[in-house]
Amino acid sequence: MDTVDFELSVNGERHAVRAEPRKLLTDVLREDCRLTGTHVGCEHGVCGACTVLVDGRPARACLLYAVQMRGHEITTIEAIAKDGVLSPLQQALHEVHGLQCGFCTAGIVMTFEAYLKENPRPTEEEIRDVLSGNLCRCTGYQNIVEAVLKVVHA
Amino acid sequence: MKPAPFRYHSPGTLDEALALLAEHGAGAKVLAGGQSLGPMMNMRLAQPDALVDINAIAGLDYVREHEKTIEIGALTRHHAIATSPLVRAACPLLAEAARQIGHYAIRQRGTIGGSLAHADPAAQFPLACATLGAEITAAGAGRTRTIAASEFFLSLMSTALEPEEIIVSVTLPKAPTSEGQAYVQFSRRRGDFAIVALAATVRPDAGGHIDQVRLGVGGATDRPMVLAELADCTRGEKADSGWAARLAKAAYDAVAPIDTPRVPAEFRRELVHVLTRRVLVTALERARR
Repeated sequence: MDTVDFELSVNGERHAVRAEPRKLLTDVLREDCRLTGTHVGCEHGVCGACTVLVDGRPARACLLYAVQMRGHEITTIEAIAKDGVLSPLQQALHEVHGLQCGFCTAGIVMTFEAYLKENPRPTEEEIRDVLSGNLCRCTGYQNIVEAVLKVVHA
Repeated sequence: MKPAPFRYHSPGTLDEALALLAEHGAGAKVLAGGQSLGPMMNMRLAQPDALVDINAIAGLDYVREHEKTIEIGALTRHHAIATSPLVRAACPLLAEAARQIGHYAIRQRGTIGGSLAHADPAAQFPLACATLGAEITAAGAGRTRTIAASEFFLSLMSTALEPEEIIVSVTLPKAPTSEGQAYVQFSRRRGDFAIVALAATVRPDAGGHIDQVRLGVGGATDRPMVLAELADCTRGEKADSGWAARLAKAAYDAVAPIDTPRVPAEFRRELVHVLTRRVLVTALERARR
């Protein structure tokens, strides 16, 4: 099948990509850009593990074809810690043991990265509503909620 | 879990998109938010020859106010609809339904035009639009036509849309101040499709009697079902909890839901009963505010 050449802007860096149009953004990020922090869980939009930001808004990378992202800015988990310093949510997750195996964590951090900008003072109910879009199979939700609350009340 | 190969097109104008659809015929699919088409393609339930991505077309993402209606562009995202002050004021049922679609990230991408064209019988927007009496405007090669939502949904994931047509906008009536609207759904987990959903608008008159009611059921059958006659029969009744209970029982008797392995028809009927009463009471309370 024919490939297409295009540029992808990820975390402020340009990547020249040659891929079939059907190649998912998850796979291009991991295989072509070598950014493996974005995890692939269910690959049909349910689990939220592959959540990245597209122009600042959260999106399932497994439901995007990389070729669609020409002209858009993608942010992945690799850009969240700055100069080795964890983001407030990453730090809070660390402190309250908000991750167990860590597989779902990147997607959760990306989701709340955007959500807390839109709503910096959510209630616990609102946090749980947003978190419902990210599955944690260790079922460690309690401490994830606590971590977000810790950021909110900081 | 990877999609089958397809040709990808990203037209910059609606005319180009329509020409591409005309060229590819039924082998092409329109890609809007991709939150339903994407999973279907990843699971290879859908294997279109070509995708016509309409995301780069300007001017399809808006909420506009007219004298008696609001008009929403087909590419308007669920999150924008859920949070639009205009939609929340003029068409609160639609905003309430939009808030309950999938999850936060899904709502950033999914579009109203895509949801209507996909026509999942348990989806929020088809039910809301059918209940509110929305009009759906579709463009085809050389013509634009308007289809009443009541005539748009034909069956499970099947609509009146022709393969070479694209939905461009949806027009909904503005709610008068005397009207209360509500949308409720039941699903096992947050963000799942509804097993049953109910939408209602209730307009009592100055004397506290029912002037106008619209009632719609989603998830129970192969398309959103508007119980217009049942609702009309209650005109003139005293607007109270007894009215809501009677109309809920009438809905329970009238709806013959689908039977699926994990959700027996009788369970859905019970949900129709309970949720109808709940949606009517909520809409009535809001009308009185």
